[in-house]
Amino acid sequence: MSKLKTFSRRSFLIGSSAIAGGIAFGYYQYKTPHNNPLLKHLNPNQTTLTPYIKIDPQGITIITPRAEMGQGIHSTLAALVAEELNMEWQSINVEHGPASSAYHNTAILEEGLPFAPTNNSVFATNIRKLIKVPAKFLGMQITGGSSSVVDGYEKMRLAGATAKAVLIAAAAETLKVDKSTLTTQQGYVMSETGVKLSFIELATKAQTIAVPSTIVLKNKSDWKLLGKSLPRIDMIEKCTGTAQYAMDVNINEMLYATVIMNPHLGGNMLSYNADTAKTMLGVKSVINLNNKGVAVIATNTWYALKAAKNINFIWEKAHFPATTEEMLEVAKNSFSKNNLNSTLKDEGNTNSAFNQINNVTEQLISGEYSVPYLAHAAMEPLNATVLLTATTLNIWVGTQSPTQVVKEAETITGLSAKNINVNTTYMGGSFGRRAEMDFIKSAIEIAKHTHNKPIKVTWSREEDTTHDYYRPLAVAKFKGIVANNTIKALDLQLACPSVLTSQMGRIGLPVMGPDISIVQAAWEQPYQIQNYKVRGYKVAEMLPVSWWRSVGASQNGFFHESIVDELAHNADIDPLTCRLALIEHIPSKKVLEAVASMANWHTKRPKNRGLGLAFTLSFGVPTAEIIEVENTPQGIKIVNVYAAVDVGIALDPRNIEAQVISGINFGLSAAIMGEINVKEGKVEQTNFHQYKVLRMDQAPNIEVKILENGEKIRGIGEPATPPAAPALGNAIFAVTGKRIRSLPFNKAINFV
Amino acid sequence: MDITVNDKIYTIEDIEMPLLWVLRDELKIHGPKYGCGIGLCGACTVHINKTAIRSCSLPVGQVYGNITTIEGLGAASVMHIVQKAWVEHQVAQCGYCQPGQIMSAVALLTQNPSPTDEDINLAMSGNICRCGTYPRIKAAIKTAAKNIKNKK
Repeated sequence: MSKLKTFSRRSFLIGSSAIAGGIAFGYYQYKTPHNNPLLKHLNPNQTTLTPYIKIDPQGITIITPRAEMGQGIHSTLAALVAEELNMEWQSINVEHGPASSAYHNTAILEEGLPFAPTNNSVFATNIRKLIKVPAKFLGMQITGGSSSVVDGYEKMRLAGATAKAVLIAAAAETLKVDKSTLTTQQGYVMSETGVKLSFIELATKAQTIAVPSTIVLKNKSDWKLLGKSLPRIDMIEKCTGTAQYAMDVNINEMLYATVIMNPHLGGNMLSYNADTAKTMLGVKSVINLNNKGVAVIATNTWYALKAAKNINFIWEKAHFPATTEEMLEVAKNSFSKNNLNSTLKDEGNTNSAFNQINNVTEQLISGEYSVPYLAHAAMEPLNATVLLTATTLNIWVGTQSPTQVVKEAETITGLSAKNINVNTTYMGGSFGRRAEMDFIKSAIEIAKHTHNKPIKVTWSREEDTTHDYYRPLAVAKFKGIVANNTIKALDLQLACPSVLTSQMGRIGLPVMGPDISIVQAAWEQPYQIQNYKVRGYKVAEMLPVSWWRSVGASQNGFFHESIVDELAHNADIDPLTCRLALIEHIPSKKVLEAVASMANWHTKRPKNRGLGLAFTLSFGVPTAEIIEVENTPQGIKIVNVYAAVDVGIALDPRNIEAQVISGINFGLSAAIMGEINVKEGKVEQTNFHQYKVLRMDQAPNIEVKILENGEKIRGIGEPATPPAAPALGNAIFAVTGKRIRSLPFNKAINFV
Repeated sequence: MDITVNDKIYTIEDIEMPLLWVLRDELKIHGPKYGCGIGLCGACTVHINKTAIRSCSLPVGQVYGNITTIEGLGAASVMHIVQKAWVEHQVAQCGYCQPGQIMSAVALLTQNPSPTDEDINLAMSGNICRCGTYPRIKAAIKTAAKNIKNKK
């Protein structure tokens, strides 16, 4: 049950004295380390030093317990450990490791706190520290929120340094010399006289040595791996087709299945007729999945997919409106007192500013923006392989939340956690989708019917697209005043279904306080506008929603930065000058200046070319992007994209650059052509002919600059996505004079 | 019927099954991937006699020559020149689309040893990458083209 609810009742309230004094009882238990989950599965010839390091005769294995979905996180987390151990990069092995609360994520909860990343007050800093306590008790091993590097930066280095300390101590004992005379190199402890003892031979003894109370981490200036662009540990296998995704798992006697769930999402299955399907070649059985849909079990995925098309269903309708138009109406009608969820920004006095506007010297601009639902559309359709026996469960799956998988498995099977093994594989993309449990729960349900045989459940692309947890649709209303060459007032209202409520509800956690997901990247931007109000309104959940790369920032970046651009242009202020004048936060100023320099912002372009600028501070990363477009007779062509990001500390420059390019292309794909529509109560788009995505012929040149002026280390999985849509929209305006206020852009203008 | 995959002969029962599922579920050759099932994403791309085809959309009974998958192109110990270029440029992120990308790239370079940007766009736009690795794919193709020429 939810441990967080207990904390709520014990006055875990922001600002209460309970927090100010620390949570006494909790803090002691917080200091007690989790057990080492590696101890459970050790072979006789294996030892473990910390939950992140295994040693056996073959060498050192580093555990990197975060989802490798393309971001390169396994490489960066491994480098953090390898650095402290002075290991050669080519010599290490890397494994995701088991599901365990020992691998809980403390950083991910920080993003949900109502403190702007620019707020470094004592209070904010202390609350950020204290949130680690409930994070540990929640024990959530979860990848998301661009938090893995933030979460792992100290943890992983500490693990490496701790292991080094006990290895050195073990060598000191063996050689009967003082620890201070020993060094480590290439997997050996070396004495002053050149005697070498390998980590492998020292491991058993090292395991018995008490961890010293003080561990010293290397200075940045001594780094050999960190700060460099390292060849990714998974690169060769991904270029030779040997990397194993969940879809590639093969177990002896494995069966194959697919599912067909109600396309009217959330509704029940009233009846079905599988008489034909059951007789088809290769089909073993058709299973009713709790009256929500069916699974077809067969001897080959193809047979299952084919048979699934030959089942007739009578589906209950969904509880939400049957068309996109009606859903948009619901959102537009949500700007009401009843739906008001937060007013996290309220500087100056917007009411007076608008009531007392001077029509001679001040300009009022207002309008409405909207964005559609979006699918994740990762390249690997959802799938999971399960082997369930009377006493054990083994699952092979790409998941962002392995500990949640264990919880769900316990509930469905009645087995206890110690008999449940989660094998987390590489993922063919995720973008937030694989943090959800639906496809995993149904796979475990299906496994109950296969009588100890392993079963691989693969969703068709159609099922994946139409049964997503979408990026919500959203509407923004704004009014702004420009005067004296600056933005004098901005009143921004944002209406959006709540990702937080939707998601936390599914895993049984309460949402406390304001829903940050509705207003992120709008309420906490470093603009010092004199009169500045940002309000969030919670729209009823219609389609199920969840994290989509950059979450609320994905729509609010578009809204906020298009609006700032509108206001600037209306008053003939240069969009760059306008922003620089309103932003004091140094790292944010510097990314703006950097990107302007990269793009030669001040150099006049020919008439058929235009530049668009956008800036978003999301996940603590100030990001500025400029897009240059050409207005050709056939349509808009994206010519160049420039991006400057500040990650605080850049651990792997090439990987960071790859993630920025990735985030931009992901954002551009959605901005230009991404759209999920609902017709007759069902999602209309089923496959890539309808849910269009960016391909190479439209992918632009992208130039990236990485800055390190930020106060602390940040992640880069998501921050590059939010500015892409507004930068493009602002460029389209610059070159055509057309302001497009709803996405995708290709509904209003052609692209080549 | 018999098919030859990466120089090995296999006997297949069901000639209607798409080649992709024969390879993956019957023969346990997992390099070619399932992405969309309707020939739109390119993840399933393999070669038949050096021509790139979408294996998800070809019933195995219509296979007319030798099949090469990514595994047959090269292994970690002996990589194909295109695979080496991919590694040199650190192309992959999630990597799921890359076997298909590489197979398409090899087929392109076999037909056109000096492709322009437009040639590359045309040949490669059938292969979707959701991670957005397109700039590095293009760079790797150009490097591979150069290396292939220098080898001759």
